[in-house]
Amino acid sequence: MTTIETAPASGPEPAGGWCLRLYVAGQNPRSVRALQNLKALCETHLAGRYDIEVIDLLENPTLARGDQIVAVPTLVRKLPEPVRKIIGDLSNTERVLVGLDLRPRR
Amino acid sequence: MIQPDQALPAPGIAKCPTGIVGLDEITGGGLPRGRPTLIAGAAGCGKTLLAMEFIVRGAREFDEPGVFMAFEESESELIANVASLGFALDALVAGQRVALDSVQIERNEIEETGDYDLEGLFVRLGCAIATVGARRVVLDGLDALFAAMPSATIVRGELRRLFRWLKAQGVTAIITGERGEKALTRHGLEEYVSDCVIFLDHRVHNQVATRRLQVVKYRGSRHGTNEYPILIDAAGFSVLPVSSLGLTHQVSRERVSTGVASLDAMLGGQGYYRGSSILISGTAGAGKTSLAIAFANSVCSQGGRCLYWSSEESPDQILRNMASIGFDLQPHLDHGRFHCHAVRPALYGLENHLVRLHQLVGLLQPDAVILDPITSFVAVGERFQVQVMLTRMIDFLKAAGITAVFTALRQGAEPAYLERTDEGISSLIDSWLLLRMADAGDHRERLLSVLKSRGMAHSHQVRELELDATGIAVRDAATRRLPG
Repeated sequence: MTTIETAPASGPEPAGGWCLRLYVAGQNPRSVRALQNLKALCETHLAGRYDIEVIDLLENPTLARGDQIVAVPTLVRKLPEPVRKIIGDLSNTERVLVGLDLRPRR
Repeated sequence: MIQPDQALPAPGIAKCPTGIVGLDEITGGGLPRGRPTLIAGAAGCGKTLLAMEFIVRGAREFDEPGVFMAFEESESELIANVASLGFALDALVAGQRVALDSVQIERNEIEETGDYDLEGLFVRLGCAIATVGARRVVLDGLDALFAAMPSATIVRGELRRLFRWLKAQGVTAIITGERGEKALTRHGLEEYVSDCVIFLDHRVHNQVATRRLQVVKYRGSRHGTNEYPILIDAAGFSVLPVSSLGLTHQVSRERVSTGVASLDAMLGGQGYYRGSSILISGTAGAGKTSLAIAFANSVCSQGGRCLYWSSEESPDQILRNMASIGFDLQPHLDHGRFHCHAVRPALYGLENHLVRLHQLVGLLQPDAVILDPITSFVAVGERFQVQVMLTRMIDFLKAAGITAVFTALRQGAEPAYLERTDEGISSLIDSWLLLRMADAGDHRERLLSVLKSRGMAHSHQVRELELDATGIAVRDAATRRLPG
């Protein structure tokens, strides 16, 4: 199952929008937690300018190769470039923000 | 033709043949079927190649499709690297007999933000296995996961799960890992793979590199425990089960001419025994090569095949020199009866020469093999190693029933010295001819004597060896000097 979740419609998507892809394997508590964490974080920091695409590898196993997925959950920032990868259930918000370049790296 | 260490019947454990020359002999039939095998070794010792050959031969020769998952190289690199070995990996991939997947993780692009597992890897592997219906799996450079993933604890837990999962899939797997300082592998992969462990080694001696293979562990099966030399060449990987022959080989009562009638007469009238080992030693220019070539010519003239292994002269040089004493080898060469393998010993390690000899003998099925001279191997290794290698060569040729002629150069002219073999192989030799130059008034002559020749009444006379445009003759040294 591939679900495309679009951010709440607030007019046309602004240029320089964020394209995020979350890879999970099955609907387990860790997957659910990761998606909840991601949504909350995007609403706080990227409201109105993000797309989240969730890919369940148990449904679409062939998609794991394309983005070189090994660990799950993995969040891939497709846009803006460069591509960034973040692994884990996204519960450490500070690390997620650093990983997405929304906070400067130490 | 290749003899394993012992007969290795291993009831109870199902084996998965690798198809790799020699390896199946050592392991008594192959790797443990349906279980993982660890191949450990330093960089550049041939781990990836061995694993790839397991996959390629599985798909080609055993109807067992395979998955090769690489953690260190890209798919195009893998295909390019084995193309020189004639594996045509891309065709196997296109025909869905082999699936390749390259796992590339950049540590610095990964931020760890909470709990995770490596299900993505399982999904990819499962997907590749399903695509080709794989019976064989290789995880090449699996320990790269430790460098790529932030948490070694998670990696360890997941590896344990991975190996359980692989066994449940019923696939025969090879896992390769870099050798460690203290443990067999850097990240202790041997902890997870308990069925079969193979170690590859790469040593340099006198600037010549030699690779070796050792089966460190094989649960539930007997296996050869020696270090076996390996060779990587255009045909792929070869492991040489360097057997000690024992003394059980069949000996022949048939005789073969030396190519010189008057020398046959000195050897009980009939020449060498077929399948025996002959040493021709002597000083420089005394006629060692000429006697060896006389034998080769005789074998080829009777329709036999001869492998001539030259360590000092080029094939052209040999043909020219031998034509000057009446041996025209060109027709034998043209008809594939005479095969000349000219190589400087110092170019390769001792074991490589041994493996090459095995290969050539397997390919050409010669009736006779000539090594001219064996003394040049001394430059390649320590004396003891040279002796071991020559012993193996002699054993191998004896077991194969091939008549073998070895020449050896001796310095100096003292008989006591001449009758010693530096190579320490005299006890393995059946017939030993000694050649030397001696002053005879106004000229020098070549003197020949038979030091020993097992199983026949041989001459104890010292004779003169004469070389001229019509060939070789052995004459009574005393009568020749009589006037007239």
